[in-house]
Amino acid sequence: MDIQVVFRIAAVGILVAVLNQVLQRAGREEQAMMTTLAGLVLVLFWVIQYISELFTTVQSVFKL
Amino acid sequence: MDIARIAALGIVAAILAVAVKRQSAEFALLISISASVLLLLILTPWLGQAVGILENIASLVNAASGAAYIGLILKIICVAYIAEFASQVCADAGESAIASKIELGGKVIIMVISAPIISGLVSLIAGIL
Repeated sequence: MDIQVVFRIAAVGILVAVLNQVLQRAGREEQAMMTTLAGLVLVLFWVIQYISELFTTVQSVFKL
Repeated sequence: MDIARIAALGIVAAILAVAVKRQSAEFALLISISASVLLLLILTPWLGQAVGILENIASLVNAASGAAYIGLILKIICVAYIAEFASQVCADAGESAIASKIELGGKVIIMVISAPIISGLVSLIAGIL
């Protein structure tokens, strides 16, 4: 079902947050920062694909 | 029963967004964006039916100029639809300045698109007087 997209993004968000905490406790702040950015870029990529799918669907609905 | 599905998806996504917001606000925003895209995708078949209804009403009127204006009206609805989505996302992120700029852009584009309709109306009125 299409709720999977939201759950996937939430899962990546929670995973990155936990990883961030673990790395910070281990004293590697910069790696923590990198993993957060990597997670963010990955999810941003998915969301942009999803938004472009929305825009093409809307255009096809309005027969433009 | 689509409305139940839409409501359930919206509530679940809102809860997920709040849950993640404390750790990282970016992911909360991304969750809310993807949830709103998902809800819009669910709504598009309904919107297609609404467009169909609008078109066969226009064909009943069968005014020659009416058919041209229907295309413009659909374009205006599409512009409003996307501009509203984008400006709500920016407002959600707290960037109300960007949101108002997007809405301004939408208004200007709609104004330009509806120029022929307005000129048609004015010429109609001038013809009557």
